[in-house]
Amino acid sequence: MNAALRVIAPVVLIGLLLLAWEAACAALRTPAYILPPPSAVAASLAADAPTLLRSAWNTLAMALAALAVASLLAQALALAVGLSPILERAVRPLAVVLQVTPVVAIAPLVVIWAGIDHPQRAIVALAAVVAFFPIFSGAVTGLKSADPDLERLFDLYGATRPQRLMRLRLPAAVPFLLEGHKVAAGLAVIGAVVAEFVAGSGGAQGLAWRILEAGNRLQTAKMFAALAVLGVLGALLHAVLNVLERWGIRWWRGR
Amino acid sequence: MTVAALDAVEVDYAGRGRALGPFSLDLPAGEITALVGPSGCGKSTALRLLAGLEQPTRGTVRRAPGRGETAVVFQAPTLAPWLTAQANVALPLELAGTPRSEARARAAEALGAVGLPQVLSARPVQLSGGMAMRVSLARALVTEPKLLLLDEPFAALDEITRRALADDVLALWTTAKPAVVFVTHNVEEAVYMASRVVVMTRGPGRIGGDVRVDAPLPRPPGFRVTPAFREHVETVSGALAQGMAA
Repeated sequence: MNAALRVIAPVVLIGLLLLAWEAACAALRTPAYILPPPSAVAASLAADAPTLLRSAWNTLAMALAALAVASLLAQALALAVGLSPILERAVRPLAVVLQVTPVVAIAPLVVIWAGIDHPQRAIVALAAVVAFFPIFSGAVTGLKSADPDLERLFDLYGATRPQRLMRLRLPAAVPFLLEGHKVAAGLAVIGAVVAEFVAGSGGAQGLAWRILEAGNRLQTAKMFAALAVLGVLGALLHAVLNVLERWGIRWWRGR
Repeated sequence: MTVAALDAVEVDYAGRGRALGPFSLDLPAGEITALVGPSGCGKSTALRLLAGLEQPTRGTVRRAPGRGETAVVFQAPTLAPWLTAQANVALPLELAGTPRSEARARAAEALGAVGLPQVLSARPVQLSGGMAMRVSLARALVTEPKLLLLDEPFAALDEITRRALADDVLALWTTAKPAVVFVTHNVEEAVYMASRVVVMTRGPGRIGGDVRVDAPLPRPPGFRVTPAFREHVETVSGALAQGMAA
């Protein structure tokens, strides 16, 4: 399979699906508030581009802020846990409970705590909760992933605890941290959107609000336009993180 | 003078029972001792006892070398993938508090001594198996150890590379003459490398034979085809076969 074909194949598939959608709408005369044709979605996308892009940026900014918060907390806690096995025993069950609790279930509480006037804070906090676990879990695993023979070598040369941490366990954890952050970034966007839905307020002006608002007004084409922007945002973020992870691994391993 | 000794040591592992012993071994300074035995006989356990990485369940371990004076080369090169070859070799010195620049300079020297002066800034992933093993050897030698423990260091290498490395290890040994323990399950390699071959019985390992190899070290060219070499290989093989049946 040559390179050009690989790039073209998904584009062609999307084009075909859109054509079929357009044709079906024309043939079945579906009302536009139930299913608008892609042409109407495109028109809405063009008309609302400035608002949608601003909302996409708001959603992305909240997700990235959440990622930063989650990254700091998760790595700090993983370090503490890495230094004390008993602390790990203590923290594990709580971390698991936090992970398996759906974010929508805790969202109303967090919205109350953050205050009705600050939905962004609630959204960042909830997205951070979702992004926390993959980073924490990756860091804990990574800190234990050093080659046991390298650990023995550090024993042999009488390495101190800080030396072992800084020169062996932390560097060995790097690939796990990269992977954890990649997964966490994707989850942070999902968390930010879900949290904004639950907050149900226009205060944060993210993409979820655009969808809610358009839905309330039966502007279905605009809902699709916001969804399309959200899809593209997610895909772009995923692509960027893949590249960053590959760079990170190359830097770490030298190839 | 004895560098390290095992005195009637026994090692029991929880759930697995006895892994080694009773086993006694005396390592005179400057001598190369090979430990041969079947898989699971406790060779590597004996090595870890000599390194001070493990304590025996019973018996005593005596060790003269202080901190940083024992070096171990494992079956795999065991290099840190995030460090350059030079930084990997400098690691033991840096852990002991040697200033970074001095440690790096001595690491470069050690890499030169093992025949790899050109790979200073290469990462382990860019090295072949044989080269990575040489880097590992350089890391072991950089501290100028009094006791050098080699745990099947050539097991993963092809025949040509392992023969070349065997000669290089012997050549390197002549400069500082540390006491060396060489663990292997390859009888010919044991006879080639060591002036004394200790044969272990099947696990839990005990002494199954103790064979002196009276020939100059490093070995003269063509040593592998001499009658003396063949004879020693047969003697060791015989002891090994007896030990496995016992």
